[in-house]
Amino acid sequence: MLTLTCPYCGVAAEETELTAGGEAHLKRFGPGSSDDDLETYLFLRENPKGVHFERWRHSFGCGKWFLAARDTNTLEVFGTYPAQSKAPPKPIKDAITAKRPGWSWREFK
Amino acid sequence: MSDLKSFYEGRAADANGVTVRDAGLQGMITLRGDLANAKLKAAVKKACGQAVPAARRAVITGGRGAAWMSPDELLILVPYAEAAATAAALALALKDQHHLAVNVSDARAYITLTGAGVDEIMAKCAPVDFANFAVGEFRRTRIGQVAAAFWKDEAGAFHIVAFRSLGDYVFDLLATSAKAGLVNL
Ligand SMILES: [Zn+2]
Repeated sequence: MLTLTCPYCGVAAEETELTAGGEAHLKRFGPGSSDDDLETYLFLRENPKGVHFERWRHSFGCGKWFLAARDTNTLEVFGTYPAQSKAPPKPIKDAITAKRPGWSWREFK
Repeated sequence: MSDLKSFYEGRAADANGVTVRDAGLQGMITLRGDLANAKLKAAVKKACGQAVPAARRAVITGGRGAAWMSPDELLILVPYAEAAATAAALALALKDQHHLAVNVSDARAYITLTGAGVDEIMAKCAPVDFANFAVGEFRRTRIGQVAAAFWKDEAGAFHIVAFRSLGDYVFDLLATSAKAGLVNL
């Protein structure tokens, strides 16, 4: 069972109170972008066994979207942070580095 | 005026010392806006007599008060007959700023759960740690398969708010949970 702490209301919510929203930190490519960029934005997703960044919604709770860093292999959660973040904040990155030295995910490491 | 009724017309179910009750018509107003704004704070105080509660807290006495729903939303409780006027007064007080004040009283079911061992009855239905659930804490979560919110009063009773159309489901689920008895956690 996955438990994520919602950064907006502070509830340690278990999985059934949340809705998964797919990969975090997607960069949108819209009209005028190249076919390759649009394809990447629409269809190509990371599928790591290990460190991963995801969007979640506290749907049965405060209703807000947030982001989470966790390990898809061990279900270990490194932290959660507001959906407005363009990149994982430093405390989150430090928490991952402490447990998984040398990690990388897309452009982040 | 038409003959107003609550979702289960005041029905109650008793089992194993626990009572589930349709607690009747309760005035409820959804208020959204900047909860740190001075005008909003003053309007809330005037509307229900309470200050804007801290995150995940509710200050409610005698069917009047305020509960924290999210970083930008409160649930204001007043007697049913006052809800429309209170919502209008809130909207008027906040007319110059981004906000939303809606009387949702008729869209809600209001249920109370009283008796010894209510924590266990709730624990079977919601993914919440009831051993550490404080008086005055307000929690939005699910009860069974549907969205609900609740708080615990000084007497240890739970006050539950759900969508009116799902009131019978929540009531029946809690009644069944009570009937099955305590699990002695
Ligand atoms: Zn939340």
